[in-house]
Amino acid sequence: MTAISENTAAAAEPRRASAFNPARVVLYALLALFCIYYLLPLYVMVVNSLKPLSEITAGGMMALPGDWTIAPWQSAWSSAQVGVEATGLRPYFVNSILMVVPAVALSTILGALNGYVLTKWPFRGASILFGLLLFGCFIPFQMVLIPMARMLGLMGLAGSVPGLIFVHLVYGIGFSTLYFRNYYAAFPTELVRAAQIDGAGFFTIFWRILLPSSGPIAVVCIIWQFTNIWNDFLFGASFSDFDSQPMTVALNNLVQSSTGVKEYNVHFAGAIMAALPTLLVYIVAGRFFVRGLMAGSVKG
Amino acid sequence: MPSSATATRPGLADRLRDALPKLVLSPTVAIVAIFVYGFIAFTLYLSFTDSRILPTFGWVGWQNYENLFRIRAWDTAVNNLIVFGVLYIVVCCALGLLLAILLDQRIRAEGFIRTIYLYPMALSFIVTGVAWKWFLDPGIGLEAVVRGWGFESFTFGWIKDSDMAIYTIVIAAVWQTSGFVMAMFLAGLRGIDSEMMKAAQIDGASTFALYRRIVIPQLRPAFMSAFVVLAHMAIKSYDLVIALTGGGPGTATELPATFMYSYTFTRNQMGIGAASAVIMLMTIAAIIVPYLWSELREKK
Repeated sequence: MTAISENTAAAAEPRRASAFNPARVVLYALLALFCIYYLLPLYVMVVNSLKPLSEITAGGMMALPGDWTIAPWQSAWSSAQVGVEATGLRPYFVNSILMVVPAVALSTILGALNGYVLTKWPFRGASILFGLLLFGCFIPFQMVLIPMARMLGLMGLAGSVPGLIFVHLVYGIGFSTLYFRNYYAAFPTELVRAAQIDGAGFFTIFWRILLPSSGPIAVVCIIWQFTNIWNDFLFGASFSDFDSQPMTVALNNLVQSSTGVKEYNVHFAGAIMAALPTLLVYIVAGRFFVRGLMAGSVKG
Repeated sequence: MPSSATATRPGLADRLRDALPKLVLSPTVAIVAIFVYGFIAFTLYLSFTDSRILPTFGWVGWQNYENLFRIRAWDTAVNNLIVFGVLYIVVCCALGLLLAILLDQRIRAEGFIRTIYLYPMALSFIVTGVAWKWFLDPGIGLEAVVRGWGFESFTFGWIKDSDMAIYTIVIAAVWQTSGFVMAMFLAGLRGIDSEMMKAAQIDGASTFALYRRIVIPQLRPAFMSAFVVLAHMAIKSYDLVIALTGGGPGTATELPATFMYSYTFTRNQMGIGAASAVIMLMTIAAIIVPYLWSELREKK
């Protein structure tokens, strides 16, 4: 795995005593500058979500609030005009939760089982199947929008949260299988064979032997799926109705709505609300997030 | 190998047990067969039909493709994708490499700084789009702020300028993904043999020469991964454009993904929309298939 290990420092510089070193000062200054660059939009969002609209329109976007207020947050949460209705973002936040939890759970469970079969019960064509599965992760989803819209209609799931769960499950399996397959590939097959000789069945082996040591990869997979599904916009925009829209779609409607005054402070508050769940996950379990990111691109 | 050798006695229970792994895998196989490859075939077929508002099955041959290449908006979308894609990949790689090298110099608080550089990757493109949309808005954002500081003649209205708006997409997209590229390069740097670096240093190589001659050439796999990931993200870019510019001003920031959506679902030219999706798929396949092929083969 390509987790970024600490202290393997590449530069073979001998450690110097903490003497003043101009090159180091420039180095740290540069790093600090880039920190500002990455944090600036977050600063803009937070600061402007806590000030009255008049302070923003008067050209004070970069300033701290003169008049601290949480009114924009209250408005974004429960009373702002999203599309046609003045419901705030709350119902859409709920939609996103209702969509994300089952979709993540189901795709992770299926991914674990698939990874188990692909590595410990190999059969002819398993690697071709895996390749086909993997390619499915990367297709432009524009390619499936039209037939999926019809299919959801046929299944009676059009414009509903269960429909979105289904879509995310279908297109989430590829990555979850990838994670578990690469993880289980490193798991000693002898243990599985030994258990088999002792008479353990297919599910017993999975349940008793592989699953107990699957914690780290399960976390990686859950975080990846959670982030991807929560942040999805294309499927949400294509397959939801007014009352089943996920948070990203609602936020976009809030911001693009052309009626009345543009309430920038409310938009920023809404944007933070949409960002908060994934941001929290990132802060709490960033290590696993990075692992997932890398395993999805660099060889696993 | 699995128990096929012991299954000479074909009791039903045994047969079931032998089939169990495949049985477990079968829902996934069915899902991928229908919802990935079946749907690809369906959309491919639609691209040769006279479908308008709904799928219809009158065969028109290559006509949709011929029309597609005559539509000015498609031309714009493709040109925009080239400009956006090239800049996005080049800037992300350059910035990612720079940050990785800076961070690889035995930096105190490296983990903390890395967390800051990478957090945008956890956000939805819609959130990123909203933040940058208002930050770059000349009325309230950067331009207004700098003017407020006394630089009355400062102008920065790219987002409202049809010639420059595409670059604002690059700015926001680079902000979101460059930290990820940094992480990929950093992982690559940590994998480099430090003995070789020491030897070169003893031979008196300057730091610059060290990186140019020894380190960067060894990062080729990381470059490859970064290129593939970024190129496929660029082609799929949809959410960010919708949130940041809505494809405007006019059609100045339309990309193939937004073109496909609007032709299919709002302009009722489903045949042409399907044809554009097929072209997107072919482009991504041309990048992804060789990559996956080499990755999967190497693992054997």
